[in-house]
Amino acid sequence: MSVRTLAVWCRDWPVVALDAPVGEPVAVVRANRVVATSASARVAGVSVGLRRREAQRRCPEVRVVERDEDREARVFERIAAALGDITPRLEAVVPGRCAFPTRGPSRYFGGDEALAGRVGALVGGLLAERDGCGVGIADGGFAATLAAGRSLQRAGSPPVVVAAGQSGAFVAPFPVGVLSDPGPLPAEMVGVLGRLGLRHLGDLAAIPRADLLGRFGRDGTLAHHLANGDDEGPGRLADPPADLDQVAELDPPAERVEQVAFVAKALADRLVGELGGRGLACTHLVVRIETTSHDGDGVVERCWRDDGALSATAIAQRVRWQLDGWLSRPARARGGAARRIVLHPEQVVTAKGHQHGFWGGRSAEDERARRGVARVQGILGADAVLVPERRGGRGPREQVRLVPVDAAGSVVEPAVAHAPWPGRVPRPHPGSVWPDPIPVELTDVGGETVGVSGRGVLSGHPAKLSIDRRCRLEVVGWAGPWIVEERWWDPTGSRRRARLQVQVADGAAYLVALEAGGWWLEAGYD
Amino acid sequence: MAAIAELRTLVQPTTLAHERVLPVLPPLDAVLPHDGLALGSTIRVDECTSLSLALVAAASQAGSWVAAVGTADIGWAAAADLGLDLGRVLVVPRVGSAEWAGVVAALVDSVSVVMVRPGRPVGERDARRLSARARERGTVLLLDAAARSWPIEPDVVIEAVGSWSGLGEGHGRLRERRLDVSISGRRAAARRRSVELWLPAADGTMRPTSPMSQPFPLGPAG
Repeated sequence: MSVRTLAVWCRDWPVVALDAPVGEPVAVVRANRVVATSASARVAGVSVGLRRREAQRRCPEVRVVERDEDREARVFERIAAALGDITPRLEAVVPGRCAFPTRGPSRYFGGDEALAGRVGALVGGLLAERDGCGVGIADGGFAATLAAGRSLQRAGSPPVVVAAGQSGAFVAPFPVGVLSDPGPLPAEMVGVLGRLGLRHLGDLAAIPRADLLGRFGRDGTLAHHLANGDDEGPGRLADPPADLDQVAELDPPAERVEQVAFVAKALADRLVGELGGRGLACTHLVVRIETTSHDGDGVVERCWRDDGALSATAIAQRVRWQLDGWLSRPARARGGAARRIVLHPEQVVTAKGHQHGFWGGRSAEDERARRGVARVQGILGADAVLVPERRGGRGPREQVRLVPVDAAGSVVEPAVAHAPWPGRVPRPHPGSVWPDPIPVELTDVGGETVGVSGRGVLSGHPAKLSIDRRCRLEVVGWAGPWIVEERWWDPTGSRRRARLQVQVADGAAYLVALEAGGWWLEAGYD
Repeated sequence: MAAIAELRTLVQPTTLAHERVLPVLPPLDAVLPHDGLALGSTIRVDECTSLSLALVAAASQAGSWVAAVGTADIGWAAAADLGLDLGRVLVVPRVGSAEWAGVVAALVDSVSVVMVRPGRPVGERDARRLSARARERGTVLLLDAAARSWPIEPDVVIEAVGSWSGLGEGHGRLRERRLDVSISGRRAAARRRSVELWLPAADGTMRPTSPMSQPFPLGPAG
């Protein structure tokens, strides 16, 4: 159940924060692109996303200002302080937008409508334009923000109050783009939704949540919750307060893991203490280690995520693993020592506690394995740890594939894996399957390479299998050929192969395949 | 948390050495010292991949994690047929020689069975350090390797000789393999024991060659 929330949205905040005179055309730019404009500049045709040069061409008298987010936040503090008279629980979302739960204030001021009117008047009074701020009330912060945006679009910015329980219906006609702006989801993901033909939040809400989870992971679930006008979802995802960052300067710079780990443990303790004091736990943590090295930018940064919130020991351990990975590079390549550690909690959730099995049961084993995975990933990179997954296929290499552990479980299709696959290599399966087949020679008694005719007949009895010059094995038994023609409809992916099981004199057995005129060793029955 | 962990160790029933083993599928269990894979032991299997997989299958079914390092070429379909739970397998297929010892040590700390196939001979210092670490953590270190690549003597050495049947000159198919397994080693494994089994049998599993080769309980006659 979402908390009934009031959202305040000030129009063109980056411009308003400049305290520019009303009516002056202003464009705020960042990285040479316009990010906000004043109303008069908009009338002159300056829109968000234009290049600076183009904006100046359309409106020569426009004042172009570089964006200053610190200033925006500083100026917004005025409004936040004024709202402090109405509620003690203000959440600043970004400079220009804030929200708070309405439960207490609404009762005090005599209902949602009255509260919204009062907030609108209060904030409007602080701004140069009285109608420069929109106020919306709905169930959940996301729906309330959309309501505030809707209020801004109407003449005179009257507050928009969505009746309790109606948030889902209210957000349904909005385009999916609002999920990334003002919503919290990545723009790439929202782009994919659009390309999948999902134009409105209502379309998204109609899809089963499990399908979205399967396709997009946690973000998919969150998107579904938001599209239903509900933002509790998988834990309340809030930007953590910036003052939670823990920074330690190392002077002199530390060259050994132990030194850094020691400092990191203290930092982690402090971070967890701070979070605990606010009833939060960290799920995404960015560990940033700045070094004296001159190559690249000298920064080792990695985001660690953990579904069960990270404990102090876990954080210290991750710092250590990250450093292990860096320090295990040759000294010349890394060329430097660590001089500064920053722990930045990127995503926090309300702490609910994370319970281990009391008897050290299965969950402890899995937890331990997961930590091992993180540690090896720290040394070798995220794609180094793989897990086998069953896929369908005829050959031994296709039946089970190795996929990165982070991608596991995303694409498996058990129905296909157990389909009949006519022409597959019969059981028992080989114990060794070479990921890259090894070229071999299979010759008959006369020393000629064994061929397979178009009708699946061998040109001669296989007599010798030569894996390389030194290793020539006498063939004592064989079976096949099994002809497999796969994907014949696909000009680039089609493959035609003839497989043969061969047994050699020393008792070993192999699976060899003829493809593109050469024999390949595919698997060994060892 | 620390208090709970301490309490947990206090209230756990005392375990005897032979109870600290990971289960192994029959009939292999009967010939292993302590009827299973003793925790913390180092076991070398000489170049027989399916035997290595068969050894760890029961442990994986019971919930233990198995990690395989330097083993890009294991046939996981065969492993699944032998009973390995693929959901509890981690594979690090390729490791450079510089990171090899670090990766194996990290996995020894975190999973119950680490299958290792060193691509090149391991230095004696690394080998001693890793087996000591495995002993301390209670992790089974399974060396799927030739004798020359591991310089120190493992606790248990498993050798196997097999012969396939079912394949003729241009007909039939590989049906099953009769495998003669012999187990030797130090201390509890000092007495050489051997067993004959079908590995893999026609359906990909492991079976004793005859019911008689399995030890049967001695009870009152009649």
